[in-house]
Amino acid sequence: MTAALSADIVPRLARGVRLQEDRVRGGWNLLAPERVLKANPVAVEVLKLCDGQRRFGDIVDDLTARFSVDRARVEADSAALLNDLAAKRMVEL
Amino acid sequence: MNAPAPLALLAELTHRCPLACPYCSNPLDLDRREDELDTQTWLRVFDEAARMGVLHLHLSGGEPAARRDLADLVRGAAGSGLYTNLITSGIGLTEARLEELASAGLDHVQLSLQDVVAEEADRIAGYAGAHGKKIQFAAAVRATGLPLTVNTVIHRSNISRIGQLVEMAMELGARRVEIAHAQYYGWGLKNRAALMPDRADALAAGRDIEILRAETSGRLVIDYVPPDYFAATPKPCTNGWGRQSLNVTPRGRVLPCHAAESIPGLDFWNVRDRSLSEIWEESPAFNAFRGTDWMAEPCQSCEHRERDFGGCRCQALALTGDARNTDPVCRYSPLHHLVSAASAAPHDESLVPRR
Ligand code: SF4
Ligand code: SF4
Repeated sequence: MTAALSADIVPRLARGVRLQEDRVRGGWNLLAPERVLKANPVAVEVLKLCDGQRRFGDIVDDLTARFSVDRARVEADSAALLNDLAAKRMVEL
Repeated sequence: MNAPAPLALLAELTHRCPLACPYCSNPLDLDRREDELDTQTWLRVFDEAARMGVLHLHLSGGEPAARRDLADLVRGAAGSGLYTNLITSGIGLTEARLEELASAGLDHVQLSLQDVVAEEADRIAGYAGAHGKKIQFAAAVRATGLPLTVNTVIHRSNISRIGQLVEMAMELGARRVEIAHAQYYGWGLKNRAALMPDRADALAAGRDIEILRAETSGRLVIDYVPPDYFAATPKPCTNGWGRQSLNVTPRGRVLPCHAAESIPGLDFWNVRDRSLSEIWEESPAFNAFRGTDWMAEPCQSCEHRERDFGGCRCQALALTGDARNTDPVCRYSPLHHLVSAASAAPHDESLVPRR
């Protein structure tokens, strides 16, 4: 169980963390100091929207509309992902 | 032999360094300035690395700031799409140069601290005032907004201060700290009798790290390299020879790990003569210990062979005289007593500084 996130927070990738397409192996990686995390397709969509401008609520709205999935589910999954990355100091909330 | 795509490149831009740490990972025989690769060759190597699948580029040395073209190297590497990490002693980089590196696209800075106690740190670095300069440098990194890792090599005389080190790293604004026990190759091996901690202290350090991780969770990432002389099985050296990473020395030789040149009979190819991918895939040095076919017993039939890859080739060489042997750190090695003996050998205070 991870904590819910307020709709008003503005998540962003921490400085020194990059979401980058892997031209050799395919897929996307989250690059941080001495870390490579393979980002799954859902994580990629969430993280692409974490631009330091959008609020968490807007991000969830956007994903819900684009993928026509259950909003509560999107919200819970995105919050779990962002909380996990924040604990690794890769995302700032 | 099929070579997987490498993940990381360590570029030893130069062996020049103002410091003289007695555990330095540079070879005993340092490359000279006039033999160093030029800017264009390094940029070509970085671009080839990115195309091969390398993600992280570690700009190291020696002290990489001794290279006047450092900002150009960072800009080129960033342009090739590499994640650039500067591994520095913090000596010789002004704030203005740091700003220049940040705008050239540097992603991350890793600063070495020798200790928390200034006099001790300066004694180990062989440089009066080094510690004070490093503290100032950390503040300058913070001012640029670049993420900072503090790394410290642990040995007999600072092993009791790991907690203070972690505290200091947080005060300096580090997001990550790397606490690594000294490795005994080259300079470290020369100084082993002075650097080697007592067994009880080495084991206590590991438990302290667990506590510190819990205390700083969510605020600090702590990476720990345990002291392998006191481990039951060896570390997966470089995660397997020629499997994930490669080193390029100041004069362009490409190595599977930084101590590999100590192994006699290996032919290391040079980026001046060939492309990086050709060296990675075809060079006899990279293929010598790739995979598991080269292994002898007890590794060949051991269930851990894909986990630790038989340990470290350089350590096997340094301690048993044959790089093909099982790393004697392993308790299954018939020569394990060599490690037990070394780790219990009488302590000796004298240090040979790296020169
Ligand atoms: S370990 Fe010390 S001497 Fe060696 S390159 Fe690093 S700072 Fe310089
Ligand atoms: S015998 Fe070889 S493969 Fe098995 S644990 Fe020891 S070093 Fe690793």
